[in-house]
Amino acid sequence: MGMTGIQIFKLLPKTNCKECGVPTCLAFAMNLAAGKAELASCPYVSEEAKAMLSEAAAPPIRPLAIGAGENVVKVGGETVLFRHEKTFVNKPGIAILISDTMPEAEVTARLKRFKELKYERVGLTLRPELIAVKNESGDPGKFEALIKKVKGETDAALILMSAKVDALTAGVKACADRVPLIYAATDGNSDALANLAKENKCPLAVKADNLDALLALSDKLTAAGLKDLVLDSGSRTLRKAFEDQIYIRRAALIQKSRSLGFPTITFPCEMTKDPMKEALIAATFVSKYAGIIVLSDFQGESVFPLLVERLNIYTDPQRPMMMQQGIYPIGTPTDASPVLITTNFSLTYFIVSGEVESSRVPSWLLVMDTEGLSVLTAWAAGKFVGDAIGAFIKKSGITEKVKHRRVVIPGAVAAVSGDLEEELGKDWEVKIGPREAAHIPAFLKMG
Amino acid sequence: MAFEIPKVTYTGKIREVTLGKGPKAVTVGGETSYPFHLFEGAMPHPPRIAMEVYDTPPEEWPEAALEPFKDVAKDPVAWAKKCVQSYGAELIALQLVSTDPNGLNRSSDEAAQTAKKVASAVDVPVIVWGSGNADKDADVLRKVAETCDGMNLVIGPVVEGNYKQVGAGAIAYKHTAIASTPIDINLAKQLNILLGNLGVPDGQIIVDPTTGGLGYGIEYTYSVMERDRMAALTQQDERLQFPILCNMAKEIWKTKEAKTKTEDAPTLGDAKKRGILLEAVTAVVLLLAGADVLVMRHPEAIKLVREMIADFTAK
Repeated sequence: MGMTGIQIFKLLPKTNCKECGVPTCLAFAMNLAAGKAELASCPYVSEEAKAMLSEAAAPPIRPLAIGAGENVVKVGGETVLFRHEKTFVNKPGIAILISDTMPEAEVTARLKRFKELKYERVGLTLRPELIAVKNESGDPGKFEALIKKVKGETDAALILMSAKVDALTAGVKACADRVPLIYAATDGNSDALANLAKENKCPLAVKADNLDALLALSDKLTAAGLKDLVLDSGSRTLRKAFEDQIYIRRAALIQKSRSLGFPTITFPCEMTKDPMKEALIAATFVSKYAGIIVLSDFQGESVFPLLVERLNIYTDPQRPMMMQQGIYPIGTPTDASPVLITTNFSLTYFIVSGEVESSRVPSWLLVMDTEGLSVLTAWAAGKFVGDAIGAFIKKSGITEKVKHRRVVIPGAVAAVSGDLEEELGKDWEVKIGPREAAHIPAFLKMG
Repeated sequence: MAFEIPKVTYTGKIREVTLGKGPKAVTVGGETSYPFHLFEGAMPHPPRIAMEVYDTPPEEWPEAALEPFKDVAKDPVAWAKKCVQSYGAELIALQLVSTDPNGLNRSSDEAAQTAKKVASAVDVPVIVWGSGNADKDADVLRKVAETCDGMNLVIGPVVEGNYKQVGAGAIAYKHTAIASTPIDINLAKQLNILLGNLGVPDGQIIVDPTTGGLGYGIEYTYSVMERDRMAALTQQDERLQFPILCNMAKEIWKTKEAKTKTEDAPTLGDAKKRGILLEAVTAVVLLLAGADVLVMRHPEAIKLVREMIADFTAK
């Protein structure tokens, strides 16, 4: 693990053919070591070297996929402990639990929530992705029937939970094409479940009561040829479960442990009876390292904050989030409603649109692409200045929405009003809005 | 192969800062590891929660946030007492919003009197937070410091633009200064150095990294706090070894998502529970990043977060 550029160089053809895009094999080797190049770019590398290098280059935490079609949930693949070091890669999958002992109406209500609780934000759809189907009846037939129902009615990636090998076998058969996660291999059933996972090419969860046992079981399954494992350390108190998440992540990244180099699955659903508290336990695992989070249930009020938290924590810390450039109606504006303009940094947009909304004055908000910069930064960078803003307003299509020709600019860039008036021509009136978004409602109410 | 815990070696320690005085004084800080990493360090003082009190009746609060305080909204003294007596507040955070020159623009003298009345009415430490207008706060907080001489308040936000005036008040009248910088670790360090050079004792400084709400920039706050703790604990950056205070409640409850009524957005669920969870989830995220004091609003959110702190530190 972690070969140096020189070590990699020794395995390359050393022909300096340049076909990989860099002048020498040594430079290519250095790029490989730094993670800036893919070995596949070298057309002449030997099979033997390929095997050695891909082993060395394998990510410290195994990336794997659960589900099929549009809704494939990728977990694992993380490379850092702190998000400021490098972006977290794969957001933890959020699952709702459905048991085969629940009454029909409860199952229907949960499936409905799973399908409906989706949110649009910064051009992304936030949603829970997984359903954990649990066999509590002990009856393989009931389990299979519920899996078929869940599979038929949703695009969910599935986690099949049972203590019984025959139930899991029946369950996997019913949805193998959906690539479910099988939960869970334990000391007692690991041989049978290893075969089931291998035959059906499904990822397999591994559960033990402590990390020593988990490590041993993970090694055993790896030796049996399994590659896609998900770890459950068995802890169900907050302190212990939180510590386990840190131990496992550090073991993979710092100790380079292959045995624990897998994503984790966590069960807030088994840690409290209070749904509000459960959401906070889940919030802990969003920040600290879960691959999958299984909730006993969720409602809009609990899943929305978790999805937003997940979006925030997994945002690339280097790059601001951006909104699509365009016209955003707030309330139900008419052809006489005010027109305001701001930049496409998503926080700027959220704050401005929130204040416009709270003013209860229906308005048109023009959002201009400034590469995700906030108003003052974009102005300082020359991207939110008179001629650029004018050109954007003219081609935005706002003149088809309103009869008047007045636009409100942020008070922080009052200085651009002259240039902007010049660019827009004398039909237009440029009004200077408040410097602070908080004062927008008062400004709009004044008319 | 047996599992061996991969531990981090820490070389630094967060300073201990005592807020308030008397039997209900609260000491924060003292950590020798990342937050709740009790397997490799100590967290001698668990994080504390301060309850908000406003100096003027709130206008824009959603129903869920206002409901517990309806009977006391017009009287900051009664409000503070209710927080302590009914909800067991360990600290009070008085928000002097009425001094905002773009709002009610109340005078510094009036604000100082309010602060004194509130601080005299309760036996727990009191945080006094200005309007955020640096010029006005320079005067307001200096007056507060003077009027409340010897009451060991926690005053802020102290910013680059007013640290001399407010810092001098903190030194002369023995208050703790909240060093506030806009989500930037270098600026935070710089202001701590400036306060030190001015003569504010290290035991009277607590840091505000500027808090973004959930969905409104919390990730920036989160990472600045994690970097701050990393520098303080593993790189011996002494001018970052201060406890952290997050004035978070107002950032949550002003958002569209916290204000939307249940009937207006069915997929967002119950408005009250949603508001409480938006606040409590924000609190958990900030605790995991290293917060020592959280300024919170809703009693149920506070209760939940207290339980989480107890569970994180359970034996």
